[in-house]
Amino acid sequence: MADLTTDCAGIKSPNPFWIASGPPANTAYQVMRAFDAGWGGAVWKTIGEPIVNTSSRYGSVDLQNLRMMGLNNIELISDRPIEENLREIAEVKRRYPKHAVIASLMVESKREVWHEMVKRAEDAGADGLELNFGCPHGMSERGMGAAVGQVPEYTKLITSWVKEVARTPVLVKLTPNISDVTYMGVAAREGGADGISLINTINSIVGIDLDTLEPRPMVDGRSSHGGYCGPAVKPIALNMVSAIAKHPGIGIPISGIGGIATWQDAAEFLLLGASSLQVCTAVMHYGFRIVEDMIDGLANWMDAKGFPDLASVRGRSLGRVTDWGELNLNYKVVARIHAEKCIGCHLCYVACEDGAHQSIALAEGVKVPEVIEHKCVGCNLCMLVCPVPGCITMDEIPTGRAPQSWRAYQEALGKGIACELPGERPTH
Amino acid sequence: MICPAGNGTVAGDPVKNPAPRLDEATYERNFADINPRLTETAALAEASRCLFCYDAPCIRACPTAIDIPSFIRKIGTGNLRGSARTILEANVLGHSCARVCPVEVLCEGACVLNQEHKRPVAIGALQRVATDHVMDRGIQVLRAGRPNGRRVALIGAGPASLGCAAELARMGYACTLYERREVPGGLNTHGIAAYKMRASDGVREVDLVRSLGVDVRGGVEVGRDVTSAALWDASDAVFIGVGLGVTDSLGLPGEDLPGVVDAITFIDRLKNRPFRDVAVGRNVVVIGAGNTSVDAATQAKRLGAENVLVVYRRGPEDVSAYHYEFELAKTDGVVYVFYAQPARFVGRDGVEALECVRTETVLEGGRRQLKAIAGSEFQIPCDMAITAVGQKRHAGWLEATFPGIALDGGKVRIDAGGRTSVPKLYAGGDCVNGGKEVVNAVADGKAAARAIDADLGHPRG
Ligand SMILES: Cc1cc2nc3c(=O)[nH]c(=O)nc-3n(C[C@H](O)[C@H](O)[C@H](O)COP(=O)(O)OP(=O)(O)OC[C@H]3O[C@@H](n4cnc5c(N)ncnc54)[C@H](O)[C@@H]3O)c2cc1C
Ligand SMILES: Cc1cc2nc3c(=O)[nH]c(=O)nc-3n(C[C@H](O)[C@H](O)[C@H](O)COP(=O)(O)O)c2cc1C
Ligand code: SF4
Repeated sequence: MADLTTDCAGIKSPNPFWIASGPPANTAYQVMRAFDAGWGGAVWKTIGEPIVNTSSRYGSVDLQNLRMMGLNNIELISDRPIEENLREIAEVKRRYPKHAVIASLMVESKREVWHEMVKRAEDAGADGLELNFGCPHGMSERGMGAAVGQVPEYTKLITSWVKEVARTPVLVKLTPNISDVTYMGVAAREGGADGISLINTINSIVGIDLDTLEPRPMVDGRSSHGGYCGPAVKPIALNMVSAIAKHPGIGIPISGIGGIATWQDAAEFLLLGASSLQVCTAVMHYGFRIVEDMIDGLANWMDAKGFPDLASVRGRSLGRVTDWGELNLNYKVVARIHAEKCIGCHLCYVACEDGAHQSIALAEGVKVPEVIEHKCVGCNLCMLVCPVPGCITMDEIPTGRAPQSWRAYQEALGKGIACELPGERPTH
Repeated sequence: MICPAGNGTVAGDPVKNPAPRLDEATYERNFADINPRLTETAALAEASRCLFCYDAPCIRACPTAIDIPSFIRKIGTGNLRGSARTILEANVLGHSCARVCPVEVLCEGACVLNQEHKRPVAIGALQRVATDHVMDRGIQVLRAGRPNGRRVALIGAGPASLGCAAELARMGYACTLYERREVPGGLNTHGIAAYKMRASDGVREVDLVRSLGVDVRGGVEVGRDVTSAALWDASDAVFIGVGLGVTDSLGLPGEDLPGVVDAITFIDRLKNRPFRDVAVGRNVVVIGAGNTSVDAATQAKRLGAENVLVVYRRGPEDVSAYHYEFELAKTDGVVYVFYAQPARFVGRDGVEALECVRTETVLEGGRRQLKAIAGSEFQIPCDMAITAVGQKRHAGWLEATFPGIALDGGKVRIDAGGRTSVPKLYAGGDCVNGGKEVVNAVADGKAAARAIDADLGHPRG
């Protein structure tokens, strides 16, 4: 079986699955339950001067039958005293020496305060530290969390304070609520971070109750913007993880977070460069037990693919993420409808007719629509709306033209080399 | 009514007026899988309906306690191999159970969606998706334990012994199954209705157990070909999984007439011969109203019988077959004759009619009593009669083979761990419970395996 042992910036765990900083990693009781269920590590609920939370804190976006496609919260950091959290960390480490316990920290932006907090967390036995520069609500109003994580100078400065005293690896947890996450990645790196965790939650308002007109989650008739997470945010997280992983000025290990619920999600984060994986919402939804399939499924997939360990998976798809300008414009696919699988719902027809390029024909009284190949631009829409897997495939049509990207074309033009405009023009 | 002698009679199957043979395509259609496989899309859609309940009622309703929400979640994530492992580790016959379990009264009956008046998750069909995946590809998901030097002999190779042996083999025990029949699997191979599962499917599961290093010896009857003393000599513990015998005799005149056959024998033929070689009458009467009666009646119909009547001495509310089985019989065109008690089989050189007497229920001392109505005799013409009134118990064999074994009405008496009254002798399945389901037999076998391990696995110092 594939070897899942993990080393993320020097923090070692039996597998890459860590509980993310949040409610499931609030107490020793929970973290030990998580380890018993199979989790390899846990990032403790962010420790700092205890706060007071609101009552009613979470809001959800449901997709028809499926609950919590997206989750939003207006919860702050730990509401328990620092000593209590540290005592429990010590207890967990004593009982589970091989599992990773990472202390997530957020304190006032003062050098001595950070120094003090770092020393105490490490004395308690934490295997590593995660600096929460990401919380998008509440804490930022107090000059912490995203207020730090949105300003590269602050991120760098506080990271460097921590590094002055830290003996264990330091991860900096980034907020996605910025224009370009790599600025913060570079700042963390320059501050001396050993690794980067991302993403924290995304600024959001999940919805409004149309009876009472109150936004959710409602606190005495009002609400506040909160942090969005869960399956819905995965694509945003994947993009940011790959941006950090590819950036030549960063080059430190990544702990991937954001919408991970299955082993497939986990594999995608690994392929885009993550070394460990953190999960919050999926555990809040289904409990610690989900890790069993995550481990089993990931190992089975790695075995089937011939990947002996995580190092052989890490970043494997990164090279395939390029700038748009590098894509081959002379590559062409067209939709093909496999008549034997078609159930006659005609969703592909209407999607193409109204939402794309009028490239599917539907004759009166006919069950299976027909792709007008010379009009099809190969956009994928019909395949995406088709409810039957494998019924519409996108098949490559050799264009007979050498690969050419927009950038190569521009360069050729710049050098005055005559060349044909790549790609095909729509024939409307 | 006297019918002319039939043509196509098969040796040992003397039916005077056999129904005409059907063509192969019709047989295959009639005996096609009653619950066909889900397509991949349907499986994913169905898996997504599972709420992944915690401490789920479906698990509690499964005698083998398969972690159903977990295996369904794994189907949803495309981890079919892991899904099958979750199933087969809990129930080595999970592949059969997916098709033969009365899910309506077990897991699916317990699904929380029922409480919202929604269709329960199709657990059986999903279980089949996962187990088909590994069975069809020969993927090994179970592993034998490191040999611990202990040996266990198991009598019979039906679900009870297979369940016990698989569990023991995974713990490192060397297991030998002694099976009287050439073809192993017990009623799982020879008894389940052909439209649920074919004999070859049952054998395939025996092969799964064999792949754990279990020695399955066919054609060896304990008590005849090998003595119990020999078993004791060769093993540290013995498990009895002999099931039940053929249908109990009704003790009625004419029962030995050609054309009168017991349901177990009839179904056994149907499972082990080409359909066209199984004679069935044009007019068939089935006696009894349990699940075996349904299986006999529906399969007689599917073999080509023109009229199939089930005769039962009580009323429709007393039918002991599961509701959905009863419904299936009616959908197949089987006609029920209630309040009719068989009195004798009529015929000269073969059965020609079943004579019955009408019954009624009367209240006596506050209890419903069944009474025959004097003078109400009537005859149902038939050219085949199938008896399905419960199976014989192996009391005589048990007492002779294991002197001193405690029985309860012919069933082996056990404790919660399958321990009999004789030290190091365990039992489970139909021979203990009097005839339940495959899944109960597997659960019994598992429980006994754990008791065996507790009793011998850790020698007391
Ligand atoms: C017609 C019919 C239909 C059924 N349909 C279903 C169904 O749809 N779903 C379901 O879940 N259950 C069904 N059952 C019940 C199910 O088949 C049984 O509950 C189950 O097979 C019991 O397993 P077992 O191992 O206890 O006994 P069996 O399956 O009876 O196996 C006992 C084995 O022991 C062997 N044996 C007996 N004596 C000796 C001896 N002295 N030496 C060596 N070997 C011996 C026998 O040959 C047999 O192979 C059905 C039963 C019948 C009769
Ligand atoms: C209720 C809730 C509380 C959270 N609290 C913290 C926190 O204290 N510190 C922190 O770094 N992240 C916190 N997070 C963010 C998560 O650690 C994680 O980054 C985010 O939820 C994305 O992952 P997910 O999609 O798996 O939930 C919290 C998230 C939720 C839902
Ligand atoms: S999950 Fe429900 S019961 Fe538990 S604290 Fe939240 S609101 Fe209360």
